[in-house]
Amino acid sequence: MATLSTDPAFSPERHYFEQLAQGRFTIPRCRACARAHFYPRALCPHCGADTLDWIAPSGRGEIYSTTIVRSKAGDYTVCLVDLAEGPRMMSRVVDTPVESVRIGMPVTARIDTVDGAPLLVFVPEPEGRA
Amino acid sequence: MTRSYRGAIAVLGTGMAGLGDCGGRSEQEIIAQAAHRAVAASGLRMDQIDGIITSSLTSPWWVMRMAEYLGIRPRFSDSTMFGGSSFIADLKVAAMAIEAGQCDHVLICYGANPRSVPSSTQVNQMRAALDPQPYEHPYKPFNPVSSYALAAARHMHQYGTTRRQLAEVAVAARKWAQLNPDAFLRTPLTIDDVLDAKMISDPLTVRDCCLVTDGAGAFVVTRADRARDLHARPIYVLGTGHAHWHRQISCMPDVTVTPAVDSGRAAFAEAGLAPADIDIVELYDAFTINPILFLEDLGFCAKGEGGAFIGGGRIEPGGELPMNTNGGGLSFTHPGMYSIFLVIEAVTQLRREAGERQVRQADVALVHGNGGVLSSQATAILSHSL
Repeated sequence: MATLSTDPAFSPERHYFEQLAQGRFTIPRCRACARAHFYPRALCPHCGADTLDWIAPSGRGEIYSTTIVRSKAGDYTVCLVDLAEGPRMMSRVVDTPVESVRIGMPVTARIDTVDGAPLLVFVPEPEGRA
Repeated sequence: MTRSYRGAIAVLGTGMAGLGDCGGRSEQEIIAQAAHRAVAASGLRMDQIDGIITSSLTSPWWVMRMAEYLGIRPRFSDSTMFGGSSFIADLKVAAMAIEAGQCDHVLICYGANPRSVPSSTQVNQMRAALDPQPYEHPYKPFNPVSSYALAAARHMHQYGTTRRQLAEVAVAARKWAQLNPDAFLRTPLTIDDVLDAKMISDPLTVRDCCLVTDGAGAFVVTRADRARDLHARPIYVLGTGHAHWHRQISCMPDVTVTPAVDSGRAAFAEAGLAPADIDIVELYDAFTINPILFLEDLGFCAKGEGGAFIGGGRIEPGGELPMNTNGGGLSFTHPGMYSIFLVIEAVTQLRREAGERQVRQADVALVHGNGGVLSSQATAILSHSL
């Protein structure tokens, strides 16, 4: 993909959410040190370079940690997911009972619409794919 | 080379006010009361205070408001937000300012009234809006609890730490609180009480979480070489350290290792001491996982062994390493940014003024403050002797 960050008017945050709204999950990867990062920044947090490409991650990840928020409106998970490409992000695991979400569990990204906005969530990876 | 501020400043008087439920008095009113007590106990008048450090969870103009309220015209002031770790991180700032000749007597103070004047939904929404976290807020973590829950869950997974071990931290805090007439919760607490309490964000129940109380605290620091002219028992600051690596839990490289690794190393190096030299520890216990992480990161035990280390009564009254001797944020008081009370309790213990909860050997104390979601870590080592 093109290096977008050389345009002085480019906003990584706006770009990320615009892409998400169009059904695309993209993250920045540094040309200088070849490491991806999340959340998207104007500079690579690993090496400080401003030459960032945007890549489409595989969407595969693993639960690094998880908690169940006990809410009056219903229980839901809040997780930290380690993407296969390296970066970690906060998300939630859906389509499975909250109690079944475990550390180390393989998961796959999906873009849902929640409260009228696109939200990157994860679902358990289908049996046998891992 | 880093300049050493070992023993450059000393804590003089301390003061507290409005603990528990302050009856709806304003934050400035209870802070002023605590400040008045601290300044008087320092052998000073308010007009001799020429430095002030304070910060607020809400107002970005806080140090100007407080100096105005107290009638202080500071030669030096600071109001950097380090969350709950602020008032220990401030010790380094105060030492640098005093050593640089910018001021002589610094008042460090904080207070809040979230129990008797709970924040409106509007104020809570405004706080979130002023510190936007677009990559976390949409997932609705019940923060700060959920972020600490994520650290606790990972520690349990990686090291076998158990919910019972977390509960032991709360039970030990309550035993200390039972010896402290000022503590908010003093009724007996058992491991099962903690485990059976309402789950907030797994694995943390409401009893794994700090209190929400009112309260204000203040203390004065001054040049160490003049401290004895003002106070019979100045408490010297032998070493400080401060570190932060992240703001949001999703950006913490390893949620089982906090920046206390760096802040502790710096504080011990400046003091020329090691964990074995410490008699009492006051560690910010916003949640029961916190002291376990800090004991590991500060070098009192190996990484992963904190859960076992706090067992067997080690941190309780009469134990080998008395911890959170006032009852902590879990049982004593917790008006938002608690670290001011860690310093006050350590000073009280080192002066042998802690009454029924006085620790017999209390010559060197370590205080450790935590801010944000394990984000900012500040350590200081205090003693009655240089």
